[in-house]
Amino acid sequence: MRVSKRATSAIALSAAAALVASGCSSGDGDGDAAASKDGAIVIHGVQPENPLVPSNTTETGGGKVIDWLWTGLVEYPNDGGAPRNALAESINTTDSKVFTIKIKKGTKFHDGTEVKAKNFVDAWNWAAYSPNGAQNGTFFSDIAGFDKTYTSDPDGEGPQKAPAPTAEKLSGLKVVDDQTFEVTLAAPTAVFPTKLGYSAFMPLPDVFFTQKPEEFGKKPVGNGPVKFVSWEDNVLIKLTRFDDYNLRDTMKVKDVDVKLYQDENAAYSDLLANNLDFMETVPTSALAGDKWKTDLGDRGLSTTTPSTALIAFPTYDKRFQNPKLRRAVSLAINRQEISDKIFFGTRKPADSWANPLTPGAKPGNCTACKFDATEAKRLLTEAGGFTGEMVFYYNADSSHADWMQAVAQQVKTNLGIEARAEGVPTFAVFRQNINAHTMKGPYRAAWQQDYPDVENWVNPLYVTGGSSNDGLYSNPQVDALAKQASAAPTLEASHEAFSKAVEIVDQDVPSIPIYFYGQQSGHSEKIKKLELNNVGELDITSVEL
Amino acid sequence: MGRYLLRRLLQLVPVFIGTTFLIYALVWAVPGDPFAGKCGERRCPDQYIAFMTEKYHLDQNVFVQYANYMKNLLQGDFGQTFSQREISDIILTSYPNTLKLALVALTIEAVIGLGAGVLTGLRRNGFLDNLVLVSTLFLIALPVFVVGFVLQWLLGVQWGIIKPTVSSEMRLSELIVPGFVLGSASVAYIARVARTSIAENRRADYVRTAIAKGLPMRRVVGVHLLRNSLIPVVTLLGTDLGALMGGAIVTEGIFGINGIGRQVFRAIVTKESATVVGIVVVLVLVYLVMNLLVDLLYAALDPRIRYE
Repeated sequence: MRVSKRATSAIALSAAAALVASGCSSGDGDGDAAASKDGAIVIHGVQPENPLVPSNTTETGGGKVIDWLWTGLVEYPNDGGAPRNALAESINTTDSKVFTIKIKKGTKFHDGTEVKAKNFVDAWNWAAYSPNGAQNGTFFSDIAGFDKTYTSDPDGEGPQKAPAPTAEKLSGLKVVDDQTFEVTLAAPTAVFPTKLGYSAFMPLPDVFFTQKPEEFGKKPVGNGPVKFVSWEDNVLIKLTRFDDYNLRDTMKVKDVDVKLYQDENAAYSDLLANNLDFMETVPTSALAGDKWKTDLGDRGLSTTTPSTALIAFPTYDKRFQNPKLRRAVSLAINRQEISDKIFFGTRKPADSWANPLTPGAKPGNCTACKFDATEAKRLLTEAGGFTGEMVFYYNADSSHADWMQAVAQQVKTNLGIEARAEGVPTFAVFRQNINAHTMKGPYRAAWQQDYPDVENWVNPLYVTGGSSNDGLYSNPQVDALAKQASAAPTLEASHEAFSKAVEIVDQDVPSIPIYFYGQQSGHSEKIKKLELNNVGELDITSVEL
Repeated sequence: MGRYLLRRLLQLVPVFIGTTFLIYALVWAVPGDPFAGKCGERRCPDQYIAFMTEKYHLDQNVFVQYANYMKNLLQGDFGQTFSQREISDIILTSYPNTLKLALVALTIEAVIGLGAGVLTGLRRNGFLDNLVLVSTLFLIALPVFVVGFVLQWLLGVQWGIIKPTVSSEMRLSELIVPGFVLGSASVAYIARVARTSIAENRRADYVRTAIAKGLPMRRVVGVHLLRNSLIPVVTLLGTDLGALMGGAIVTEGIFGINGIGRQVFRAIVTKESATVVGIVVVLVLVYLVMNLLVDLLYAALDPRIRYE
């Protein structure tokens, strides 16, 4: 991929001028209903890694298509606000432990069968049963009985095998009638209803259970605004409007072709030539010197997404166990400069622990995120200095080299210690070292929320044993507060308690937020109106021609 | 002839086993755990890793894995990717695309290269000769991705003559530009080899005899001269088909063609030995068969060459 970037930027400048001259004008907001009605759009996609089964998809290529094919119990509004009911008629609880979920009557799967309570219960039981090997299996760990259906390998990669689960079904799930089911959690969890919009919690039609999951995943049957037509590997996924869809977000256009590109520059050329109607993220090469703005004119969109780039400390390494040292490193980084010089302002300097777009997050609560070279030096001296070389690691198969080098250089200049950045060849090797806890220096990480709540920015990252707490940071105070926050009876109380936990994290600086992601997208002249959802993906139901 | 063919075919067996094992072992030796990066910034659930390791026998040593793989392969089972896709399906959908592209490229380079070679070989040191010399040097010097991006941007984005990427139907008309890009460097080689060969044979006795006999020039060049000068060109073209197919990854990427290049690249990165070997097996066969065909063609072109 690196090869191609150089070539496009070489010919970039003259391309820009030509497009401005050809005067691309998009309409004035509203689309033409008649044109939309039978309209078709072609959008950029990436070949999904796995067959399309919601609870077995964790990457964005397949995740996007699943989001379009399915509608969950709750949905996340495009403006990033609190979740609201979609397929759910009501989700009631008195103690945040037992939830009674009622679903709307008369909605259908794409094969014509009705969506019933048991479709949820069966789907969740399938994913939570560990021998099925679902990648999202652990999302069901809140539900009572999970420890019986999901067993893990006692010695990781070692010779022992995980014991067979003692139960096939989660004891916490109970079908009451066709439209109602009851969920009992292992412990009170206020954020549970918020999680229900994540793709792992989607219902599965009866036909799923009559065939192999991978067979189903090649011809998925969902319940969303579009239905699946065909999938030619690495070439095209065809979707079309589901005419029996009766929830809020119905499609305005008819056909959606997801063209699967291997090279984003090829997609960008198609976008410039109006051969592609939507591209979520323009290639990095087009960001340099704001080339994409001149290329696309008013066909370009710029938004922020709820993701943050971080540098995490391996706190299992003795050299990084002093919070003062970690804070000194954080204060020595000039985030504004990195944002301006390297990202041309397309990424915003981070100033809070959870991304500020997330409900419950407090903006500006990262006191370690300011730039203060004198304070940094003072803290370093207090911490007893740093001996040896501080190496910042990143995976070299993606474009991280520039900003990681800049971070290392700033640390070197501002703290006066030996620091440099080093690339690990591939993401796989990089993650392997991180998982094995053998990192020898601070390393790049990124976090995008799975569901919009501050809980998702604390529990997985900073609580002892959290699913992505790879640096093995552990503070009993944070654990206690996070536990209390998770079990709070209301979301407000929960958010309040989480912000207390974050205050302690802010003192400990187990990782350092660097920048908030921004997203630059482009669309063709044909599209007159579109919206992006809360994580920056195209909301295909909003598209008008 | 029959015995020669048999001997050549038997030679394919050790070559086949050797290459497949080497490739299998090389991919196996690529560092990185295939499931370490699969779940993004989060560790994959142990259960998922256990399930996949068991399913793909990844806990066995490389020899057992390879033996297992060959056993299945001989029964016509290419195995599955880590995404549970049949590798035979991948081969069946991506090979025809790459083959089509490579054949278009081969045709373009044969026509342009041979044409230019014959013209310049007959009129050496003229204006045309110098023009071809300079332009082919230029083509050799330019990396494929530069030619590809420039043509895509100029013809596709700027002038709108072609679509920037190839559609899934892979129409012949859409493949002309990608084919030219892929074959551009080889055009230069073909032209130069043909030119030298023609120029040399131009002075040969049989050509002088043919001219002295009073044969029309067209017949002298078309039959006597060309046929005898083709041997090095045919060698180049024959082996080039394999090289074009294996080297099409950049062109495929630029023009969005679903070919084998992208599949091999993806499989190497994700450590899917079975996919890499599956695709390369077919590529190895293409090389071997093409080499054999070239050798047999020698006999047809030059009656002095006989195989026993």
